[in-house]
Amino acid sequence: MATTMIRIRPKNRVLAWVEDRMPVLSFLSAHTSGYYAPKNFNLWYYFGSLALLVLVNQILTGIFLTMNYKPSAAEAFASVEYIMRDVSWGWLIRYMHSTGASLFFVVVYLHMFRGLMYGSYKKPRELVWILGMLIFLVLMAEAFMGYVLPWGNMSFWGAKVIISLFGAIPWVGDALVEWIMGDYLPADATLNRFFALHVIALPLVLLLLVVLHLAALHEVGSNNPDGVEIKEKKKADGTPLDGIAFHPYYTVKDLFGVGFFLLIAAFIIFYAPTFGGWFLEHDNFVPANNLATPEHIKPVWYFTPFYAMLRMIPAKLPGVIVMFLGILLLFFVPWLDRGRVKSIRYRGLAYKIALGLFAVSFVMLAAVGAGVTAEKIPQWFGADADVTTLENLFGRFWLLVYFGYFVFLVVYTWFGLEKTKPVPDRVTAHD
Amino acid sequence: MANDAVVDKGRRRFLTATTSVVGGAGAVLAAIPFVKSWEPSAAAKSAGAPVLADISKIEPGQKVTFAWRGLPVFVVNRTKAQLDALTGEDSHLKDPKSENTDQQPDYAKNETRSIKPEWLVVTGICTHLGCVPDFFPELKPEPFDPNWKGGFYCPCHKSRYDMAGRVYNGVPAPANLAVPPYHFVDDKHILIGVDPGKEAA
Repeated sequence: MATTMIRIRPKNRVLAWVEDRMPVLSFLSAHTSGYYAPKNFNLWYYFGSLALLVLVNQILTGIFLTMNYKPSAAEAFASVEYIMRDVSWGWLIRYMHSTGASLFFVVVYLHMFRGLMYGSYKKPRELVWILGMLIFLVLMAEAFMGYVLPWGNMSFWGAKVIISLFGAIPWVGDALVEWIMGDYLPADATLNRFFALHVIALPLVLLLLVVLHLAALHEVGSNNPDGVEIKEKKKADGTPLDGIAFHPYYTVKDLFGVGFFLLIAAFIIFYAPTFGGWFLEHDNFVPANNLATPEHIKPVWYFTPFYAMLRMIPAKLPGVIVMFLGILLLFFVPWLDRGRVKSIRYRGLAYKIALGLFAVSFVMLAAVGAGVTAEKIPQWFGADADVTTLENLFGRFWLLVYFGYFVFLVVYTWFGLEKTKPVPDRVTAHD
Repeated sequence: MANDAVVDKGRRRFLTATTSVVGGAGAVLAAIPFVKSWEPSAAAKSAGAPVLADISKIEPGQKVTFAWRGLPVFVVNRTKAQLDALTGEDSHLKDPKSENTDQQPDYAKNETRSIKPEWLVVTGICTHLGCVPDFFPELKPEPFDPNWKGGFYCPCHKSRYDMAGRVYNGVPAPANLAVPPYHFVDDKHILIGVDPGKEAA
């Protein structure tokens, strides 16, 4: 729903003076009380505003962490310990930042799944989806570089493995790896530049992308669980029949969600900040050692599905290509899926099953990448089971399911195989 | 103000285009120092001095790691049994004859990938994504390979190498472990980083 800016004339003379020269209040009102969103939002619609909340948390806590952190290979590890032990409330600020990083991905993955479920990527919202995918990409780079900063042994080896991915590029690979690291191995120069990128370069890009994501959204209007366009049915005053003003209705709803979310976040921050090694890995409480790889090297949980894709392919360059393809294909979903019906509520049964399998494959690949299968296979099949073969079999099956989803989308929707249900004229929860 | 009738559109387009091209070229040139600033600095380059390794205390079957340019270099004193196990495995290896010339100097392009058969000198960096492989020297069944003939196993992505650093088939690593330049100074010392018959760089 394209926002129309109605000029506000404040009674306060100072505000009126500012408003005449720069319409701040008019702009804000157009994007809050003047922005109409469908009235049938459900639980899945909390995660966009929660992502914004976590972003603000990351920026605020991040600024305070930089005040005591030292971005040098010699001092980084000790400075993080200093924050944890000696800086007043430093532990809280750091745990808010590290827990925030993991919860950012929890919220973003749910937000993305919502988009897939209700067809929020479809025309006219393709650009909203693409900007969102770009945010996801930058977020992954941001999280990776943030993970390197404490300069623990996992930081070091994580940096080494991820940077080495670029070495798979033919011809220029090795030179590129050396250029990124600024040395022959991840070293002081690498840490220092990652710090610069993590605290200023990428956050700037991220903020810009978030503004564009919202601008694109407000131009076309929010989708909803029924996938019907609310602007097609309007009241006499020109506002959508099934729309309600974002402020106060959804600001209040989102505040309720925020309360719930903060309850969970506070529980983790105060009682389980490492989350059993899932949010902060045990091996990262050991300083970086360039001569000893941790015994079980694995990335933080939110990268594990992509890490599994890399591991399941028995050759370097193809492995890297498959991993990047796993992300890249998501960019093209608006064009791979030609189905006219947006919401899963009215789509064909095969689509529902396929999307469900896609979600399961993501979780299963995460389990493979996190080493859960390597740990469980000897328990289930006996100590002399061939772990590598069984794990490859399991992982490659779910890898096929993951990529199968995209193939299915094309076959199912380009050849008219989908039997959809009738889509209602208006959202089902109206009046 | 120019009168519309005398505006030369072609001239205006030409000036806009040339200004854009020159300005764009300037922007690209100005970016070079920033891109170049990411290269290894002079200090990082000079830290790559050769390393003199004392091998007199390395027992047969033992591996000692030396640091050269910040990279781990494995020096292994191979036993007779380990050397014998190197033959007959060619069909399981990606590059049994060390055909990939990037992975070793010419003087290590042989069956044992070394200057002296018993002494293996390789960079302990997995050719997949740069982890340090673990050393499993014994010829006995291992969880990752029931027919293990001794060698190196990478904990990151499960690549396997034999006792000459040659990579097995069916693992993600694309090449054999690299042999760095080295030579024997005397029977007890190896100089890592310098080819035989050459001075330290």
